Amino acid sequence: MEKTPIISVRDLTKQFGSFTAVDNISFDVYRGEIFGFLGANGAGKTTAMRMLCGLSFPTAGTGTVVGFDVRTESELIKRHIGYMSQRFSLYEDLTVAENMELYGGIYGMNTTDIRARVNELLDRLHFADHQHDLVGSLPLGWKQKLAFMVATIHRPELVFLDEPTGGVDPITRRQFWDLIRTTAQEGTTIFVTTHYMDEAEYCDRITMMVDGTIRALDTPANLRRRFADTLHRPYDDMTMEQVFYHLAREAKRGE
Amino acid sequence: MKSVLPILMRKEITQFRRNKVLPRLVVMMPIMLVLIMPLVTQMDIKNISVVVLDEDRSLLSTRIENHLANSDYFRMPESAYDYNQAVELMDQGRVDLIVSIPAHFERDMRNGHGKPISLTANAVNATKGGQGIQYATQTIISAVTEIAQESGLTGAAGLTASAVSQRSDLITVQNRYNPTSNYRHFMLPALMIMVLLLVCTFLPLLNIMTEKEHGTIEQINVTPVSRWEFILAKLIPYWLLALVMIGFAMLLAWAVYGLVPAGNPLQIFLGAFLFSLCMSGFSVTIANISNTMQQAIFVLFFFVIQFMLLSGLFTPICSMPAWAQVLTYAFPPRYVINIFRSVYLKGTLLSELWFDYTMLTLLSAAFYTLATFTYKKQN
Repeated sequence: MEKTPIISVRDLTKQFGSFTAVDNISFDVYRGEIFGFLGANGAGKTTAMRMLCGLSFPTAGTGTVVGFDVRTESELIKRHIGYMSQRFSLYEDLTVAENMELYGGIYGMNTTDIRARVNELLDRLHFADHQHDLVGSLPLGWKQKLAFMVATIHRPELVFLDEPTGGVDPITRRQFWDLIRTTAQEGTTIFVTTHYMDEAEYCDRITMMVDGTIRALDTPANLRRRFADTLHRPYDDMTMEQVFYHLAREAKRGE
Repeated sequence: MKSVLPILMRKEITQFRRNKVLPRLVVMMPIMLVLIMPLVTQMDIKNISVVVLDEDRSLLSTRIENHLANSDYFRMPESAYDYNQAVELMDQGRVDLIVSIPAHFERDMRNGHGKPISLTANAVNATKGGQGIQYATQTIISAVTEIAQESGLTGAAGLTASAVSQRSDLITVQNRYNPTSNYRHFMLPALMIMVLLLVCTFLPLLNIMTEKEHGTIEQINVTPVSRWEFILAKLIPYWLLALVMIGFAMLLAWAVYGLVPAGNPLQIFLGAFLFSLCMSGFSVTIANISNTMQQAIFVLFFFVIQFMLLSGLFTPICSMPAWAQVLTYAFPPRYVINIFRSVYLKGTLLSELWFDYTMLTLLSAAFYTLATFTYKKQN
């Protein structure tokens, strides 16, 4: 597979007063991959993601997302990406279909396009019967899946998911990752933060953030192998959870 | 890319319609304002509790007492033997005004000398005390005049009679533009701005803060929607709604009180629109700088209270201290209240009110500049 970067970041830093939330991070994300962004609460995952989405100005460093500068061209970036925030952020007083149509319209899709895409996504969720339900009346698991569908309604090149499975039951999490994989197969690059280590195994590559810095970046298998060597443990017993414990132990920041 | 404004506006209207409280409030507000508020903001003082100490017991003193008793302004629930007892009643808060008519008042008045009637008012509520004295004086004078005309009194009483006629001259001059001196006609047009304050100040603020607190505004901030498209889509429906509500309030005022603008109603709508523009810009600014709903509402209330008290709605601007008068120029309600009252009562022309319209336009521009600087999609 040819590797062209869709996100390319060098020495990206974000400071809030004297606190450095994100400290000199550099990495590339390639087109088509599922890129996991792992770390404890407060490690700086969300802050880093917000800079890439054009919600937050970097204090220092450079970066491009879908070919545009994160400092100066954030409004251009926004046309090509999707974003699902940590907090549920669809309109609860609009119906499922109305939310999808609203965002379809916002991204400049025409009415027939929107209709076709809404039907396609609702079918994928097996949710067509509920399209006229108010979003506020849905259970959390459904809301999260719906938010993901809304974030990808305009078939973006890249979608950012900020802890999409927080507070969701294991079965729904499994379904959610099926949806993520389907979307990735359609050619959308996935950038996902999580602190569920089992989910890391679904990613093509992962980074581990500790105290605002990137401590590790590799495929899950390579990371397990490397830490099996370091810790003198058999590779077959090594889990991502142990890798995380080992790295996060050094963390200075509390929750 | 085609404009997303209609799409966003449809979203706002759907959300508004689906709200359980807001559409009802929008209908209730003008009805409340037109039917109830003019009654309770009445500044005429009524039900002044008066006690008459009559040591004269003449035809004249009885007539004075009858006039007071028959007046709408006074009631006489208490009686007293002497001044000390009357003052005691006043101490207890049961009497607002003591009218004491000295012995031989009628006889002395015919001779043109003697002790005058003394009025003692409870001035804890300064307005009530002052008005009480004024009404009592008028009532007494009219009683005296009546007796004077009936019995051909001369001297001091004759003078009093001419004083009365001078007084009524004065009153005629004051009551131009509002011939019946009806307080409602003065208050109603000004109270209509409350509709605008609700719809174009509070509703946009609550709307934006709700989106902030729910995080939905962040979702919009990662889309290509520009900040002004997003805000305008919220404000335009409110502006239209405000004009419809003003129209509704004007219809009600006509149907219930027969009050119609003496001037061109379009001038009312122009003033209402500029004021809506102004106040919604102000409210967007506050929403931008606030982090929570609580903070935003508190800040808005803080300003709205100053706006109202310094607007000339309840107390005339010209009787405020000089520094306060200067302050009122910075606050939008002053202009719209002046426009509404002038157009309604005097039929003042657009060209004569140019200052008020211009100031509203300038203040709108100022607030929108502030709103633009404080709105950040990226921080």
